[in-house]
Amino acid sequence: MNNALADSWFMTVRHLRNLFRQPAWIAISLIQPVVWLLLYGALFRRIVEIPGFGASSYIDFLTPGIVVMTCLFSAGWSGMGLIDDLDRGVVDRFLVSPASRGSLIAGRLIQGAMVGVIQAVIIIVLGLAIGATYPGGIAGLTALTVCAVLLGTAIGALSNGVALLSRREETMIAVSNFVLLPMTFLSSVFMAQALMPQWMQDVAQYNPVNWAVQAGRAALAANGDWGIVFSRMGYLVVFTVVCTWLATRAFRVYQRSI
Amino acid sequence: MDNAIEARGLVKTYRGDVRALDGVSLVAETGTVFGLLGPNGAGKSTTVKILTTLSRPNAGEARVAGYDVVREAAKVRLAIGCVAQKSGLDPAATGRENLMLQGRVYGMRGRELKGRAQELLERFGLDAAADRTVRTYSGGMQRKLDVAVGLMHRPQVLFLDEPTTGLDPEARVDMWSEIARLSGEEGLTILLTTHYLDEADRLARRLAIVDQGRVVAEGAPDELKAELRGDAIVVELEEQPHDGEVTRVLAHIADLHDVAVEARTLRARAESGAHMVPTVLAALESAGVAVASVGVSRPSLDDVYLRYAGKAFCEDDAEVKR
Repeated sequence: MNNALADSWFMTVRHLRNLFRQPAWIAISLIQPVVWLLLYGALFRRIVEIPGFGASSYIDFLTPGIVVMTCLFSAGWSGMGLIDDLDRGVVDRFLVSPASRGSLIAGRLIQGAMVGVIQAVIIIVLGLAIGATYPGGIAGLTALTVCAVLLGTAIGALSNGVALLSRREETMIAVSNFVLLPMTFLSSVFMAQALMPQWMQDVAQYNPVNWAVQAGRAALAANGDWGIVFSRMGYLVVFTVVCTWLATRAFRVYQRSI
Repeated sequence: MDNAIEARGLVKTYRGDVRALDGVSLVAETGTVFGLLGPNGAGKSTTVKILTTLSRPNAGEARVAGYDVVREAAKVRLAIGCVAQKSGLDPAATGRENLMLQGRVYGMRGRELKGRAQELLERFGLDAAADRTVRTYSGGMQRKLDVAVGLMHRPQVLFLDEPTTGLDPEARVDMWSEIARLSGEEGLTILLTTHYLDEADRLARRLAIVDQGRVVAEGAPDELKAELRGDAIVVELEEQPHDGEVTRVLAHIADLHDVAVEARTLRARAESGAHMVPTVLAALESAGVAVASVGVSRPSLDDVYLRYAGKAFCEDDAEVKR
């Protein structure tokens, strides 16, 4: 177990280092959430005027949504790096070494979580700069970040699972495109849940993206309902455990196929 | 431990009933180079995958460094180094970082880790490029780093899966002398797969020729060549002959054996090739078979391969797409 932790950390360091050697990646992944926040913030600004929306400032409403969406999208593409490693034989090199099997996926998930926290902080600060308020304070912001990172870890595990099963970038791109945007729009990232068509509200209830957004908004509210925060966080923990288990199953399928 | 590698009856089937290995057995003596020779798809890489614990056999068993590759896989992993066909280097990391990570997963730390990485970088002439990312390395440099990574934790048994494929002639000769040194001075056991006959001939103490998932011949290169009596005669014909035509024409010549025709190439063996050539040419001419060229050579591994695999060893077919 000690080894597994050490190996996971070595892999995390490897992924972080490789990431920071790609200035283009850093620029895009930092700018993208900013663009979303500014673009959607401006586009849907007057949406709060719809009766029954239930929020007075759209930036207040949108910022936690963008934090969650950013973690979701980064995580969705996590498997691409694994496909690259599979193609180059990096995974096989570690499989014939004593390196813990779990660390090969854990390293990517931990790296993703760390990047997720950095992105969350940037969006929160930027939101503040353009007028968002966070009545829930530090505790609320922390809860939002934890939920977004949990969601990212779960989706990252699924993404790695898809990578191991398909081993093709094309499949990975298709699956991610097919899943990520609908998951976003079937949640209350942009739109108050009460104003969605009934069937969408029904679907959103079971959408992990929505759990993270609901928990984040509740935690940031003035007198937030922490019952919602902890229940949604609980769902997300279970979801993350299931997804990680699926990813380890996918790893076994891969190992049997070689 | 006399034999660092022992495999018996290895069978591997993949989905869709692809039988990659069909009962491979081999024994490699400790401290020697064992060559596994065959064209692509013969089962060389699959054998290496099983011996290095990457893949499990459907049947048969194998021991590497004294441990069972299935039941004691963790112990095997500590004892072996593996340089796969696909390099497995991280292109975004530097040469040194690749070595250090490899050492770390084997539990190396601190001064031992840094020292060993530096030692290998110097030994493979990579110290000047040590802190550049691997992306910037030439093919030959990457292959050297591959081997260095495989040696990082001082393994007892080293697997080299086609170490020289894709290298230019100069880099190949470098690699050969490195392999010879590893088995000679350092007493490593090396299992080398290759589809280059000259490479196996030059490096391997013993070798096995694999074809379609089976070992078709095994022995020392000289033993295998000695089994073939006499010289090889190779005749290139102007046109592809009709089935059996040439064989029939040559059947009555005494002392000429192993006659085989493949497309426009006729091969045969005789005790003294030079004396036999006129007889063969006369027989072909009287039968109206036009000859383009003729050659005589001492037995080579190519002939050994032809004899056991029933077809000529064609390097063009065996080239790996990289």
